Amino acid sequence: MSPYIAFALVIAVGLLACFAGAFRARAVDGGSIKAHSRPQYHGAWAMLLALLPATAFLIVWSIGSNAFIDKHVEQAVVNHSGESARIDSMMVKSLARAVRVLDKAPPATMAELSPLLAQKNITLAPNTVDYMIPIAVEANSLTRQLGWTGGLIALAIAGLGAVWGVRQVAVRQRARDKVERIMLGALFSASTIAILTTIGIVLSMLFQTIAFFGDVSPWSFLFGTVWDPRFAAAGSGGSQGQFGLIPLLAGTLYIAFVALLVAVPIGLMSAVYMAEYASSRVRSLVKPALELLAGIPTIVYGIFALVTLGPWLRDISAALAGGYPFIQAQSILTAGLVMGVMLIPVVSSLSDDIITAVPQAMRDGSLGLGATRSETVKRVILPAALPGIVGAVLLTASRAIGETMIVVLAAGVAANLTANPFEAMTTITVKIVNQLTGDLEFNSPQTLVAFALGITLFFVTLAMNVLALAIVRKYREQYE
Amino acid sequence: MTDIAATALPVASRPSRRDIGLKKRYAAEARFRMYGIAAITFGLMFLAIMLGSIVSKGYTAFWQTTITLPVTFDPALIDPQDKRASDPSVLVKANYDKIAQQALAAKLGINPGDKSMMARLKGILSDSGRIQLRDMLVADPSLMGRTVEVSILASANMDSAFKGQIDLSVPEARRKVKDQQVTWMNQLAAEGVLTKQFNTGLFTFGASSRPETSGLGVAIAGSLYMMGIVLVLALLIGVAASIYLEEFAAKSRLTDLIEVNINNLAAVPSIVFGLLGLAVFINFLGMPRSAAVVGGITLSLMTLPTIIIATRAALAAVPPSIRQAALGLGASRMQMVFHHVLPLAMPGILTGTIIGLARALGETAPLLLIGMVAFVADYPATPLDPATALPVQIYMWANEAERAFVERMSGAIIILLVFLMAMNLTAILLRRKFERRW
Repeated sequence: MSPYIAFALVIAVGLLACFAGAFRARAVDGGSIKAHSRPQYHGAWAMLLALLPATAFLIVWSIGSNAFIDKHVEQAVVNHSGESARIDSMMVKSLARAVRVLDKAPPATMAELSPLLAQKNITLAPNTVDYMIPIAVEANSLTRQLGWTGGLIALAIAGLGAVWGVRQVAVRQRARDKVERIMLGALFSASTIAILTTIGIVLSMLFQTIAFFGDVSPWSFLFGTVWDPRFAAAGSGGSQGQFGLIPLLAGTLYIAFVALLVAVPIGLMSAVYMAEYASSRVRSLVKPALELLAGIPTIVYGIFALVTLGPWLRDISAALAGGYPFIQAQSILTAGLVMGVMLIPVVSSLSDDIITAVPQAMRDGSLGLGATRSETVKRVILPAALPGIVGAVLLTASRAIGETMIVVLAAGVAANLTANPFEAMTTITVKIVNQLTGDLEFNSPQTLVAFALGITLFFVTLAMNVLALAIVRKYREQYE
Repeated sequence: MTDIAATALPVASRPSRRDIGLKKRYAAEARFRMYGIAAITFGLMFLAIMLGSIVSKGYTAFWQTTITLPVTFDPALIDPQDKRASDPSVLVKANYDKIAQQALAAKLGINPGDKSMMARLKGILSDSGRIQLRDMLVADPSLMGRTVEVSILASANMDSAFKGQIDLSVPEARRKVKDQQVTWMNQLAAEGVLTKQFNTGLFTFGASSRPETSGLGVAIAGSLYMMGIVLVLALLIGVAASIYLEEFAAKSRLTDLIEVNINNLAAVPSIVFGLLGLAVFINFLGMPRSAAVVGGITLSLMTLPTIIIATRAALAAVPPSIRQAALGLGASRMQMVFHHVLPLAMPGILTGTIIGLARALGETAPLLLIGMVAFVADYPATPLDPATALPVQIYMWANEAERAFVERMSGAIIILLVFLMAMNLTAILLRRKFERRW
């Protein structure tokens, strides 16, 4: 019995218990005493008693039996070939999965087995050997036995729980309280997922980063000025490649800086215009259009930069300089410009909130003293909103640093250190993608470095976000 | 007295109006206003140019050139030794290219013996025609010896040429479509044999190395699987977490920690979630690479903060009087939430969920890391099978060199944007229809 079928049966038992409980609760006559809980709560309680322990048992059992079978297979492989054989046991496992598809007992040699499997569209690793077939067959029968045992035990637990739950039905039984307590537990555990995710992020990257620092010293990672991971030499020892963070960090910050140079003035000015000048009709038309800009996926921006804007800038520069294009098709300028446009709605919606939060009395005071609207904005509103705007810019900057698809497509992959905005530079996110796409071998520094980059990125953005949120919150309190 | 005062103050001696720089100030005001308009115009212009360039590059992808030919399944060509009764693999291995070429040659009135002309015929029909004819015959062996009208896709180069995307003024040696082929193309088009039809293949085909037979089918299936997983996981967990935090949690260290966490997770770069998925789900838990289930879970974790924030806002907007009324009539807190507060907050929750889903649908970076950049030709039967996603397919086509792929890529972007727009529109309409002001 596969665990899924067992689980389906357990659910069926739970539903039965639910109906039985509710039915019994309806039939119970308390005389003059009113029942504490309504029948459906009795049913739900019986169902929970049937489902929860049995499901927990099934999960533990299937994890345990998988581990047991793995161990068994590995032992059998080691007994046969006399050496530790992780890859061989993995082949046995895929063989076992393949054999399960056949209706009959498999033949003894791979030569006979392969065509049978080929009929079912299954291909195995070419170096699967004859001796693995009996091991696979045995593993399958073991799986079957364990599955049946576990399934039957789970059903028994579910049945016992159901009976116990249905028998508890009584006038005084506080079924609702009990069901609600379990619901509350479920709600609480859902809310801890956020913490678990953060812990998962930090731990997963931390372990890989520590493994990476076993090969490359933290010093040469953090302060190295050369990025040259040398994919070809992976695992060959000796020449290991250099993993200097500095060129990537410089590229990331440079592109983010160009993007902010575009996004902050334009976003801020449009927010000011929308908040202080625009009529409500213009506002209701333009605001959704700007929000549309925010809803376009970043890959679309990246493709626009790659296919249209980059080549166009290159051709323009070639025409200006008389033949030689001084702007490369993939350049800091292109990536920064497009990313800046992507960030305009971010800046403008954040600063819109902040500008409208400035009390009307301050505006009225300034206008009443004879200041023009622009003077009010420049001398009163913006200074008053400054801390909030700084927070908004920080939030935007952290978005710019973590942005991936635009730079993957538009910024280039060469890890240069240059100050020329017309050349290509690369970023942390580009290198994470580069190191982790394609075939990977999980233990080489070439792969692990991506996690070190990731954790750097995580902490840089985290620090900026925390700072920004603190500033924004403090500012908000100021006027409330 | 007043008379004297009046004469003592002659008009001429009144000091000229003090220059308080009004002109300059008004000019500054007008300039400032202009800056604002310029900023907004820049944003909208960029949006218009970007969408315009994508649509102008991509709308042609929805048409595909096909050639309809009377194809003769000639037994002498397919099965010269007449063995098909004993050996069915003959039908699979036969030279269907030649059959298609001959049909084309017959249509154009070329002598099949003319080797140089026949060589030039190559590259008009798509290579996929071979597979199409083979599948037809294998499915229905009675076609043998008969002549049937078959619509075969034109090759990508022919397709581009027919759509007028190939510059014919370039010297013949430097373009992929030769003059003779163009003549034939015009001849076929005039006869109504070569036509543009709606490109259903764009929506149904899987990955392919030939532009004319590559499509978004697998990517759409993968994206749908992932959206389903995100909808179930993120909505359930998100709503449960929000209810706990908004309605039940007492102010404590733990709930503070959870809140700070959610706010920070909302701002974590998406690629970091990809690293999490790779390290935890694939490497540690041993889930399959490239599978929609891993992508779905990863995107759910990414969307969760968005949904929690929206749901909490929607719950907080339900007025306390509703809660008090429910409690006053003897409902438990749980009943109050599930029977009264949650249904009232539902439109807000759904709006937030759809917006979160739209973000997840367009997200690419985390999917690159969990191996969804894969050449997948077959539809995924379950979420555990290898699949791609819409934006990832766009990314992969962006890395292809051939011109015809750029067209497909832009077409795919249009499809993605239409999906997103439909979702956002639904969210807006939902909000309009059900929004309640208390």
